[in-house]
Amino acid sequence: MRALVARRLLQAAVIVAIAATTAFLLVQLAPGDPLGDLIENPRVPPEVRERLRARWGLDRPMHEQYALYLRNLARGDLGWSFSQGRPVGEAIAAALPNTLLLMSVALIGAFVLGVAAGVIRAGRRGSVADRALGAGTLVFYSMPDFWLAIMAMLVFAYWIPVFPTSGMTTAVVYDYLSPLGKVIDRLRHLVLPATTLVLLLAAIIARYQRAAFLDVATQDFVRTARAKGLPERAVLWRHVLRNALLPVITLLGLALPMLVGGAVFIEQVFAWPGIGRLAVAAIAARDHSLVMAIVVMGSVLVTLGSLLADLLYAVADPRLRLHAPTHA
Amino acid sequence: MTTPGTGPRPLLTVRDLRTYFRTDAGVARAVDGVSFEVMPRETIGIVGESGCGKSVTSLSIMRLIRPPGTIEPGSVVEFEGRNVLELPEGEMRQIRGNRIAMIFQEPMTSLNPVFTVGEQIAEVARVHAHATRRDARDRAVEMLQLTGIPAPAQRAREYPHQLSGGMRQRVMIAMALVMNPTLLIADEPTTALDVTIQAQILELLQQLQERFAMSIILITHDLGVIAEMAQRVLVMYAGEIVEQASVSELFARPHHPYTEGLLAAMPTLGAARSRLAVIPGTVPAPTRWPAGCRFHDRCRYAWDRPEREHPPLYEVGAAHWSRCFLAEEPARRHPLTDLKAAGGGA
Repeated sequence: MRALVARRLLQAAVIVAIAATTAFLLVQLAPGDPLGDLIENPRVPPEVRERLRARWGLDRPMHEQYALYLRNLARGDLGWSFSQGRPVGEAIAAALPNTLLLMSVALIGAFVLGVAAGVIRAGRRGSVADRALGAGTLVFYSMPDFWLAIMAMLVFAYWIPVFPTSGMTTAVVYDYLSPLGKVIDRLRHLVLPATTLVLLLAAIIARYQRAAFLDVATQDFVRTARAKGLPERAVLWRHVLRNALLPVITLLGLALPMLVGGAVFIEQVFAWPGIGRLAVAAIAARDHSLVMAIVVMGSVLVTLGSLLADLLYAVADPRLRLHAPTHA
Repeated sequence: MTTPGTGPRPLLTVRDLRTYFRTDAGVARAVDGVSFEVMPRETIGIVGESGCGKSVTSLSIMRLIRPPGTIEPGSVVEFEGRNVLELPEGEMRQIRGNRIAMIFQEPMTSLNPVFTVGEQIAEVARVHAHATRRDARDRAVEMLQLTGIPAPAQRAREYPHQLSGGMRQRVMIAMALVMNPTLLIADEPTTALDVTIQAQILELLQQLQERFAMSIILITHDLGVIAEMAQRVLVMYAGEIVEQASVSELFARPHHPYTEGLLAAMPTLGAARSRLAVIPGTVPAPTRWPAGCRFHDRCRYAWDRPEREHPPLYEVGAAHWSRCFLAEEPARRHPLTDLKAAGGGA
């Protein structure tokens, strides 16, 4: 297990380095100047402009800039964000917890809901419940995320105003709430963006879970479990589900990049002050160092996610535990 | 064909068992009117080729037939005096794994890969005896020891993939016998194992049968296994019993041409024979059993009558039945050597 972790961490480092390089090259290729507004503004005198260029190393050849970028990245120095007027690290540190909160709530909710829906569908294959859930998941599966977000907002914030439309807290009022009131206020703001992500992801998980469950349910050991006299409940939820979860764990690794991407839209629509919203703002402001940092951070999240999925897989499936002795 | 007399009561009575599968290709009559009895402590063998209904018969006794399969109304499976086909599912569950236990052909796929073998054995004690976790675990180790697994306490903590095929089958046996069942159904228990391991497993089954005083239904396509283990044999073909006799009677005086064929296809040690006899053709699809005698198109002796009429079971000897018109017209049987020659050439 330890060897597996070490090997996967090394792989993760390589992947992150590739992502960093790609981000750097893409930004170089993109039109516009990293100093953006300062360059185009005719009221900035040319000598100030040159001084700024020299200060940020932008007058040096590309390969030197690249080397500098990698060195700083390795040291954890992500550079200065012009659009935010503060270090990139600080801007990300402010936004990341909000995104992680949204994503972890969405992931947990989606897995619970998706697995349950998949098992119910498989357990009553061909029933009304199976078909209704099938149709429901297909709708969410094929719906664009931003559309679902806007519809959720329209229905539950405008027509039936039970949840706030946007933000993470209620402006002004929040500061005067009791500690419990603050928690409730945040939770109310979390409901719509989280539910949108949950529905989108759960729809995919449910389809995988149903297929995996049906596949496992025909295997010999399920017949053995029944022959032992176990109640059907124990057969399905213990013997079948435990095995049918294995392919779904793989989905966890795939779900993370989807969530990172999906969060960009969802955060934008609900004005959730997270990484996705920061990314959109950074791109609009041509804030190159911030854009690159967000790309690198995204790749770190995704590789950590798939590493986590691999480890969970080894925990769930004893056949994958590498230390296990084998008796011929 | 009930055994006459006033001897001990049978442990299991199967009467007119019919298990059909309604598929898109038609109704598959996998088991079509099977009747037999199993006496206490008796080992009864069921032989036949793949697809003849052996396994479906055993799964029907356990009521483990899954849709689209159904046990047809009118079928009776009487176990310890009760027709289990009429029991509510909850009561049936108390019989499964408790009074009737079952072991399967493929010990690798028949064990759940994600639980330790100890957990899987202990589960039986937990569900039927409501044993505590600790007691159930101790019981599992005890059962593993009983089946001759060395270092049982350590093995109990291992997963199926860490054990050899023979050991896995011992685990299956340990799991089946936790509750000391009165009937063990063994569906091809040694088919997937090496020959040397096969002999060990059969010997173990015999020992444990003695110890637990249970009856065994042994399902196999291997007449050698039957000869070693069973007292009586049922020969199944195309969903029906075509011959039933004691083992010695069946081997000495096979009556049904299908049984003759099976015996002729058995390799015999030291026999001066260069090639094995085969029965021409294969078992027909269960959706289309042939009219008349279901074996007639593969039969060495077939004439016009079995093509039209379905033969009943004839009593052809002491406790010996055969579903063949040769019982009425014995003159139509030619010497067996012809069968071997014809079989080899067909």
